Amino acid sequence: MTALSLPYINPILARLMAGVVGLLIIGTIVGAVLARRATSETGKATVANLNARIRAWWVMVAVFAIAVATGGVGSIILFAAMSFLALREFMTLTQTSRADHGVLLWAFFIFAPIQYVLVWMQWYGLFAILIPVYAFVTLPGRMALSGDTTRFLERSATVQWGLMACVYCVSYAPALLMLVVPDYAGGRTGLLFYLVLIAQLNDVLQYTFGKLFGKRPIAPTVSPNKTWEGFIGGTLTTVAIGTALWWATPFPPLVAAAMSLVITLMGFAGGLTMSAIKRDRGVKDYGTLIEGHGGVLDRVDSLLFAAPVYFHLIRFFYVP
Amino acid sequence: MIERALARLARMIAGASVRWTVPPGAPEVQRVYFGNHTSHLDFILIWSALPPAARVHTRPIAGADYWGRGRMRRYLATKVFHAVLIERAAKSAPSTARESIDAIADAMGSGTSIIVFPEGTRSRDGTLLPFKSGLYHLCQRKPALELVPVYLDNMTRILPKGEVLPVPMLSRVVFGAPLHLEPGEEKPAFLGRMRDALLALRDA
Repeated sequence: MTALSLPYINPILARLMAGVVGLLIIGTIVGAVLARRATSETGKATVANLNARIRAWWVMVAVFAIAVATGGVGSIILFAAMSFLALREFMTLTQTSRADHGVLLWAFFIFAPIQYVLVWMQWYGLFAILIPVYAFVTLPGRMALSGDTTRFLERSATVQWGLMACVYCVSYAPALLMLVVPDYAGGRTGLLFYLVLIAQLNDVLQYTFGKLFGKRPIAPTVSPNKTWEGFIGGTLTTVAIGTALWWATPFPPLVAAAMSLVITLMGFAGGLTMSAIKRDRGVKDYGTLIEGHGGVLDRVDSLLFAAPVYFHLIRFFYVP
Repeated sequence: MIERALARLARMIAGASVRWTVPPGAPEVQRVYFGNHTSHLDFILIWSALPPAARVHTRPIAGADYWGRGRMRRYLATKVFHAVLIERAAKSAPSTARESIDAIADAMGSGTSIIVFPEGTRSRDGTLLPFKSGLYHLCQRKPALELVPVYLDNMTRILPKGEVLPVPMLSRVVFGAPLHLEPGEEKPAFLGRMRDALLALRDA
């Protein structure tokens, strides 16, 4: 339970950041060239969306870089804010009833803040069970007290699921700061940076390969944009980059490859799951906050399932 | 100053995105913005969603029985948002209703726009209640008024009637095309048309 120190930057982080900025510069140039070349209406729309995404990436990278550079506190505040925004987008789309007001207040103002206080305190024992155990056993009782039994199981499951996905899973990203891997020069923020980099790179590459070569959709009823071509091309490229960046991790090259593969697969699963929920509720994006990207939840969906698995793999194999 | 900060706060709490189905008209035209009423944040939300030029001369109409009671509420309603406080017609005699319309018409003068909730009270479950007739009587006195429907989406869930703390989910403020009282239009037909125009924005 030691408090985190700031500021926090090291040579490995600096090199990773320089690499990301380099990628963005290349992306911006490619976007500008494409904007000149696009002739058809659909082509122009695609390029406009691409350039909006790239602009938003600059902002997101800047915010993330500042958060990481300030060490623990900055990252925790950033992910707490993302959890809050994701949870509000999620709850907006679900069908809770008038009687659920109290339970929702608990979710937003008690469980979500406490979860991040626990991350800050580095109190792993309670952090890992607060929502799966304590929220799980208290929220349905509170909901039953309100007296409305219509779709009861669905409503209580919805609030629990929202908390698990948007708060519990997302909080695993800054929780990486708890893990001290011996003899690793990247420090605690290095692990976090690697996770976010690989997960987001995978999103971008699957999108790019899908746009370029996509033909056969993987799950057409869920998301017509996710194709086998995009999935395979994106995954292979991401794993290749993730392996090449092994020097930025505590892992040897082969393990770095395996970790990247886990992050990409869990990222894909997270994205597909959130798409299925959106599809069921009849919307395309969760929100309008980030230009070209939809809502916050559309951007963090690839981290939802990847962060906890990545965390526990490192904790199991690398933290004594 | 204070009203801007509060308006911004209300919009943050309610995560409000604003949509105009037609571009907002010239700010100096006198309008009645009429919306569906489900929460205490409603008038602040509509007010904050207006273009700044229109905002400065737009006043909400609020029930004196609620907003006139208690120092804090009274201060917020009259000093901060310059609300016109009226006695609610449902609970009082027809003569009071007429006085209320007089009070509103006086307060509007020749340049002030207003925000009203023609249901007269907050809806408990979000369904749109029947409209009170005040809107009709006001338009008879001032036929040139532009009537702008404003649909507030999801406020029932954010701050339902009877709750004190809002759940910070996302909401939408949708402005519709301006309408007028047609010459010779009867009261039920007019109120029905206004209600339909507001309902149509729900799916816009």
